[in-house]
Amino acid sequence: MLGFLARRVIIAIPTVILISIFVFALQHLLPGDPILVMAGEERDPELIAALREKYRLNDPIPIQYLAWAGNALQGDLGISLRTQQPVLELIGEKLPVTIQLAVMALIIAILIGIPAGVLSAYKKGTWIDWVANVTALSGLSVPNFWLGIMLILLVSVRLGWLPASGYVPLTEDPLQSIRTMIMPAFVLGTAIAATLMRHTRSAMLSVLKSDYVRTARAKGLRERVVLVKHALRNALVPVVTVITLLFGELLAGAVLTEQIFTIPGFGKLVVDAVFNRDYAVVQGIVLCTGIAFIFMNILADAAYRVLNPRMSEK
Amino acid sequence: MRILKTLGLAAMLAATSGLVHAQDLRIGLQEDPDVLDPDQSRTFVGRIVYASLCDKLVDITPDLEIVPMLATGWEWNEDGTELTMTLREGVTFHDGEPFNAQAVAANIDRSKNFELSRRKSEVRSIESTEVIDDYTIKFNLSAPDATLIAQFADRSGMMLSPKATAEAGEAFGLNPVCAGPFTFKERIQQDRIVLEKFADYYRADEINFDTVTFLPIPDTTVRLANLRAGDLHMLERLAATDLASAEADDGLVVEKATSLGYQGITMNIANGPRAENPLGQNAAVRQALSLAIDRTALNQVVFEGAFAPGNQPYSPTSPWYNADFPVPERDIEAARALLAEAGFADGVTIEVQVTNNPVQAQVMQVVQAMASEAGITIELAAKEFATLLADQTAGEFTASQIGWSGRVDPDGNIHQFMTTGGGINDSHYSDPDMDRFLNQARLSTDPAVRKQSYNAAIAKQQEDMPIVYLYHPVWIWALDSAADGFTPYPDGMIRLHGVSVAE
Repeated sequence: MLGFLARRVIIAIPTVILISIFVFALQHLLPGDPILVMAGEERDPELIAALREKYRLNDPIPIQYLAWAGNALQGDLGISLRTQQPVLELIGEKLPVTIQLAVMALIIAILIGIPAGVLSAYKKGTWIDWVANVTALSGLSVPNFWLGIMLILLVSVRLGWLPASGYVPLTEDPLQSIRTMIMPAFVLGTAIAATLMRHTRSAMLSVLKSDYVRTARAKGLRERVVLVKHALRNALVPVVTVITLLFGELLAGAVLTEQIFTIPGFGKLVVDAVFNRDYAVVQGIVLCTGIAFIFMNILADAAYRVLNPRMSEK
Repeated sequence: MRILKTLGLAAMLAATSGLVHAQDLRIGLQEDPDVLDPDQSRTFVGRIVYASLCDKLVDITPDLEIVPMLATGWEWNEDGTELTMTLREGVTFHDGEPFNAQAVAANIDRSKNFELSRRKSEVRSIESTEVIDDYTIKFNLSAPDATLIAQFADRSGMMLSPKATAEAGEAFGLNPVCAGPFTFKERIQQDRIVLEKFADYYRADEINFDTVTFLPIPDTTVRLANLRAGDLHMLERLAATDLASAEADDGLVVEKATSLGYQGITMNIANGPRAENPLGQNAAVRQALSLAIDRTALNQVVFEGAFAPGNQPYSPTSPWYNADFPVPERDIEAARALLAEAGFADGVTIEVQVTNNPVQAQVMQVVQAMASEAGITIELAAKEFATLLADQTAGEFTASQIGWSGRVDPDGNIHQFMTTGGGINDSHYSDPDMDRFLNQARLSTDPAVRKQSYNAAIAKQQEDMPIVYLYHPVWIWALDSAADGFTPYPDGMIRLHGVSVAE
């Protein structure tokens, strides 16, 4: 297992380098000039020249990339052009927020999606299956921003049960932190739950038809044991892939949901940074989420081996 | 019944725990400010935070008169090249450093010479500073500059602790140290900025909050929902479309002030080959476009009538507005006649670039519909702001819908846009008379004399129309009805002196 993990990490390195080159090039292809935005309304030519010099924007793009990469290797991801804050510090500030939101959303999604998927596969063709499918479809179709605003109006403004938006760090006040995060996590979670439910359902359907499930039933095992211990465990392999991919996506930030609930995570930061052409911030965050995504994939591969030991033999 | 009781109890608990102690004032901002260094920053919301953090040499009244703040008085010499200011005694910066003439000199030096200063153009006329004594400072100017005092009512006049700027350098904005009513406590980007009351503030008795928290909440609906839910005490820039509902809400109070800025359409008159089109070459076509627009209807349709229709760089309520040229009524016949006179009886087609946000796009769609009835076909090019700005500077445009946030001194709304070679004259409009009027207006410190120059400049602008002005935004604040003492100012700032919230 350790050898496997080490191999996967080594393979990931060129991927990370490619991501960083790609993002760097893409950003500089964008029309618009960061310095014009930064210089303020007056656009003083003397200041514009000084800023270009200072941020090395007069250098050719490959040179700019190498300078950035050199610093990055030493742990310096540059500073935000907009606020002068070091990018690494910004990432350190936003990452826990994004992870908390992603984990809470995923927990909600798993709690709803997997049982619903199992149930609708088991009760295929009945009204339960139908209700689960319609609910899942609505979960997928309702836009996050609409659901978010409706929840705020109902739960916060009308009922006054939860704060309308904002964020409290988990370390500062865990209860309040969860209270502020529960609505955005729910909004994100329901959409993901629908995807999970569909995947669990189809995986369960194919597993329930297989010979070993019939054998298990023939042995006289209780239906619950057949479902959970025999069928679900095998059905989970493709579902785990979906979960890790979804989690990776969540880590890249959920722009609309963060915006509506004013959650200071990656999504909002990176969108603002793109609009302000805050190159170092975009670069730093995309790199960070890229690494997270790769990490999640490695984790998924490791999880398959736990769920299905036969995979390790190959 | 038991379930109902439990639910009710839970709701009450949740509601009370959600209540904010009134000693902390919570203000919702439309966006997250940029760097909190008055010499470096450029955002409007940043200035809102400074109003609580950094006192200035002078301030304005709601009627735009300049009044003392950290300076107690000032005097110009005869030819307007020397400005002598007396300073308030007994003021300290948040780090305990004394505020005096040396500190002012250091601040001006930083605004003028710091590599990353965005204030250079605002204080360019200051050639040198002279410390007369601890509380008197003299500014020697390279040429008379009547606009300087008004610059001191904004970021150029904000006084930063010289010790802190020397130590922090360009990182000053991460922990700003000024002489305002509140000190900087913490900032989490895109989440909050927290300030704490400064015990040694010279007007501490007017400050009624222990802390003030600024929360950037970009979505206007959500910002209002937060206010209604009691999570905010006030918010800035309520959407005009929410005005009626907020005014009808007993729990809220709405305050308004017409801004110093404007929105308009900037024409490319001589900025590269794209200027060679009917609109760029004929003032009559630009006048026709202006006459084709029903500014009152535009304001009704897009802003529910909450904004101020306009046709000059100054709003009709400004003392600098030229009353000889009132906001024109829409006149399709006159517009068509002007087009025919210019040789375009069959109409013209022009492209107008606009930022891709829904409100500005809607403004231009209304203008597009109105103009088409006069024979002017407008093709809209929606661009994201950074791209729009780059194209506008480079002359890659025919006409551009863009605005200006406005300045206290009348010079700030027109000089750089209309003088030959002006820093933001993207039209490349050039007229010797206009240059003369606007340069002259800088020389006198007598408002009556300046007014004559601006009247002449506006008359010229109405003729040449390098910019067709459309409207002036109105700042709309919504406050919890428990809040008291808030005064709306045309600069859109939130001044907390005398503001309180009943418990």
